[in-house]
Amino acid sequence: MQQLNNRKKMLNRLRRLMGIGWMAVGIMSGYYLLVSQAIPKFQSGQAADKIPALIYAFILTPLIVGSFLIFGYYALKGEYDQPE
Amino acid sequence: MLFSQEGRKGLVSVITASSVGTLIEWYDFYIFGSLAAIIATKFFPAGNPTLALLSTLATFAAGFVVRPFGALFFGRLGDLVGRKYTFLLTLVLMGLSTFLIGCVPDYSTIGYLAPVLVLLLRLLQGLALGGEYGGAATYVAEHAPVGERGFWTSWIQTTATVGLFLSLLVIITVKGNMSSTDFAAWGWRIPFWLSIVMVGISILIRLRMQESPLFLAAKKSGQISSHPLRDSFTKKYNFKFVLLALLGATMGQGVVWYTGQFYALSFIQNTLKVEVAQASQLIMWALLFATPFFIFFGWLSDRVGRKWIMLIGMLLAIVCYRPIYTAMYETGLVAGGGTIPALLVLDPASFWKLVALVFVQVFFVTMVYGPIAAFLVELFPTAIRYTSMSLPYHVGNGIFGGLLPAIATYLSTKATAANEIAIQKGLPTPYNQPYLEGLWYPIIIASISFVIGAFYIHATTQQSKKNA
Repeated sequence: MQQLNNRKKMLNRLRRLMGIGWMAVGIMSGYYLLVSQAIPKFQSGQAADKIPALIYAFILTPLIVGSFLIFGYYALKGEYDQPE
Repeated sequence: MLFSQEGRKGLVSVITASSVGTLIEWYDFYIFGSLAAIIATKFFPAGNPTLALLSTLATFAAGFVVRPFGALFFGRLGDLVGRKYTFLLTLVLMGLSTFLIGCVPDYSTIGYLAPVLVLLLRLLQGLALGGEYGGAATYVAEHAPVGERGFWTSWIQTTATVGLFLSLLVIITVKGNMSSTDFAAWGWRIPFWLSIVMVGISILIRLRMQESPLFLAAKKSGQISSHPLRDSFTKKYNFKFVLLALLGATMGQGVVWYTGQFYALSFIQNTLKVEVAQASQLIMWALLFATPFFIFFGWLSDRVGRKWIMLIGMLLAIVCYRPIYTAMYETGLVAGGGTIPALLVLDPASFWKLVALVFVQVFFVTMVYGPIAAFLVELFPTAIRYTSMSLPYHVGNGIFGGLLPAIATYLSTKATAANEIAIQKGLPTPYNQPYLEGLWYPIIIASISFVIGAFYIHATTQQSKKNA
């Protein structure tokens, strides 16, 4: 029982620590979506690129970045901890 | 919970009515994708075929991007007024918009109005699909005995694949019965027109269905939510599960689904240059052989749990994608006599080898997708179930999965261009296998989802019991 609790404690610590990683993934995804996808499409000057650029910049980036940041924050705060 | 013979018979009717409607919605949605190349020439300014194809892909993506909005709109409605009327409404909306796409005059006749109308109708399709799936899965799960939800909802899970199969079958049949000139001129519209007949039949079936018993019980006891959106997404207790469902399950499932079924088709057509009809037949065989495994893994998830079946499916996909696509490319090379010609016609041995390689990918799809409806349904309480489960499903599939063709094409095109520049400058090429570069997108996304699912999904066990 004690061993099981220790394992759960260790895993919970790991889950919290990984929360920082998920927030970093969110920031990196935002950078990739904006710098590699949205901005070049805005700058291309081609009409066909406008819609994808808008989708990347105003729908995908906030959604993906926001999801990872909030998930990471919740993980860091122990919201996903396994009850000991 | 034991079910009487009569109850089981009733459940079969529920499954049939729900599945047929959902299948038709998927059919409606996929004929657009399957006819993307021809639609590009009809509705987008001619001159640059690549631009036209990208415009269609953008429209395709737009169709996927609006799905989460449909999930929110119809999910809310389903949690407020009931499942039955909501997914009846989504069916009507889908049927009408599909039929109308087949009626829009092309660009050469009405100019810019043509692509605008197609885009608007495509957006309506996306909205309708966003509302349909969550309703059907919820409706079936709320009729099913608690310990058998995986098995019963897995029938709904087959509909996306069977819908794709049906769309390819109809297109091949129509194409086979007319000249290619006629098909390009007007025959491509027939699959769209057929939708109205199928939707009409499905509406008649659905009208005879009863409302979900769990929703009725919740309504009777005053337990339905008056603000499902607020309760789903502003209350931390629920919202954290919405995020977990998205990042730990549906995101990975979405990319595995689209790689196994759409990217495989695109790779066979565009990279291996296999003739369109043969490529479609090949995918159809693979889908046909793999579809029973949706039911198998749904059934298995009732016995051994949902989490590890889905995660092992994701892991297998992550590990096997590059070897599988390498083998596909080599099969194409062998069939082409050591090179990839402008148009490749496969010999029987190469054809069946490619069927086997696509089958393996669809098999992974059945592992991740078969149990996921039951998994999502059990994650949320009845009062906000339709809204809460629909959003992560459609963000995972619509956004992460739906953007796969565009991002993967971008990655492999970029690698090919870099190689060409290097060759021109007399430098060594930076990419040995540029055609595999597109796979990094599903591999990375599925890997992130696998790690999140493996580490964080434990808590759902308690949720499941609570929501049983």
